[in-house]
Amino acid sequence: MIGENQHIIIKARDLVKKFGSFTANDHLTFDVKRGEIFGLLGTNGAGKTTAIKMMIGLLKPTSGELKINGYDIYTETEKIRKSIGYMSQKFSLYEELTVFENIRFFGGIYGLNIKTIKSRVEWAEVNFNLTELLDKRVSSVPLGWKQKIAFVVANIHDPAIVFLDEPTGGVDPKVRRDFWDNIYETSANGKTIIVTTHYMDEAEYCHRVCIMSEGQIKAIGTPQELKSKYNVDTINELFVKIVRT
Amino acid sequence: MKTIKVENITKSYGKVKALQYINLTVNKGEIFGLIGPDGAGKTSLIRILVTLILPDSGDAYVMDKHVIKEYKKIREIIGYMPQRFSLYMDLSVEENLQFYANIFGATIKENYSLIEPIYKQIEPFKKRKAGELSGGMKQKLALSCALIHKPQVLFLDEPTTGVDAVSRVEFWEMLHNYKKEGITIFVSTPYMDEAWQCDKLAFIKNGSILSVSTPNDILDNYPLNVFEIKYENLAELITFLNKHLAGAIVARFGTTLHCSSDKTEREMRELLYNFEHVQVRVIKPTIEDSFLLLSQDK
Repeated sequence: MIGENQHIIIKARDLVKKFGSFTANDHLTFDVKRGEIFGLLGTNGAGKTTAIKMMIGLLKPTSGELKINGYDIYTETEKIRKSIGYMSQKFSLYEELTVFENIRFFGGIYGLNIKTIKSRVEWAEVNFNLTELLDKRVSSVPLGWKQKIAFVVANIHDPAIVFLDEPTGGVDPKVRRDFWDNIYETSANGKTIIVTTHYMDEAEYCHRVCIMSEGQIKAIGTPQELKSKYNVDTINELFVKIVRT
Repeated sequence: MKTIKVENITKSYGKVKALQYINLTVNKGEIFGLIGPDGAGKTSLIRILVTLILPDSGDAYVMDKHVIKEYKKIREIIGYMPQRFSLYMDLSVEENLQFYANIFGATIKENYSLIEPIYKQIEPFKKRKAGELSGGMKQKLALSCALIHKPQVLFLDEPTTGVDAVSRVEFWEMLHNYKKEGITIFVSTPYMDEAWQCDKLAFIKNGSILSVSTPNDILDNYPLNVFEIKYENLAELITFLNKHLAGAIVARFGTTLHCSSDKTEREMRELLYNFEHVQVRVIKPTIEDSFLLLSQDK
């Protein structure tokens, strides 16, 4: 369980992002606590990707305050990048390289020395059973495994926060569940996970969820809190209720 | 006449047997769903039926037209929405639609009523380039393009991947409307709530079809008891059940656990006796339970 006084790792206050006259993020205010699995839900175009892009330092906010792992988004982007890992919808792996080469390459980008990379590979072998795949080309590996490799790569530099943008899109029910086991283990080891998903059963697995619509936060809390507040049985019903009104 | 008929189709890529002697039939006006693990052969089968790739052996017909000998005729009467929407990202919304109408010798005007419910949602952005649309809007445009020549059969390869829960519901409402218009729909999906809405479902795994039946029949023939279990620490319970019930399928379903097992309700309660405040009840299986059972490695 997440304690009340736990350290806040993401702090957003009145965060605004405009593209021309279009307001993509409209005064977002929220906190994420260390070790939380924080689910970001919303319709396509609700502003989730914009919010994530700001949190990972790819977009500058138009106004408002945003601190990631204690670092300021306006002035300390480089430190933020080292604190975070990011797994996008389209896993950015090099298909022609082997699994090991991919891990080594991304480790190199983060400036890890070969000794550290080797210890991270060991960590991946133990936690994700990757041993037999290390010398295989990524192009020959099934989708479910690519997803795991992309997760390993996002964790290669042992970041404090990992962002997962629709990590299970198009993945079958069995593989989705296996992947969530990985998310749980990683979170249990103290990492903070920010995840977006269109699978509402997965939203139930988050410690807290934030529902966005039209650039605004419409609801935020634990799945249980929100379900009782809105008097619904599932997050799916909650989502439809909030988004359609 | 069967709208789709597949007879002993095989397809290999090098050593990989993507499809192994596939047989199935689809009736006019049916929504026929194809489900199965990633890499099972769903996309290969669809690509053969839309005449994009050739089977190694076997025959397949769409509206009695042979997929190899009469491929041109098939292309005129089907609509196809591939996984990665085949839109021209540099063209505007309007231009994409016009282009697809042109290649089929149709006009937007004559079939506008068919696409109106979807297209009017993206019409405000008709001057925008397709590449600048959100995922949900791309999907609506791709469907409009697939429908603009009023096809008799619509092939959809995971049309709702990456689409939000509300838009998915709306998308399926539209599919049901097209079904009412007499259009036959052949669709693959990783979403089990969508599979549930199909008239018939084929489960495909390792290139073979394991079953074809109505969703209700699948559930009626489910061979195990499904226990829905509520408990404070599900992780602990999962470990326990996997250890003590060999062959059982244990999976999280939202805030509950589903355990499929040949145990009786009484045996299950006895097994879980030491778990304080545990709640156990036998429920009707869902399509997702069925999927997990069929995709289990034997």
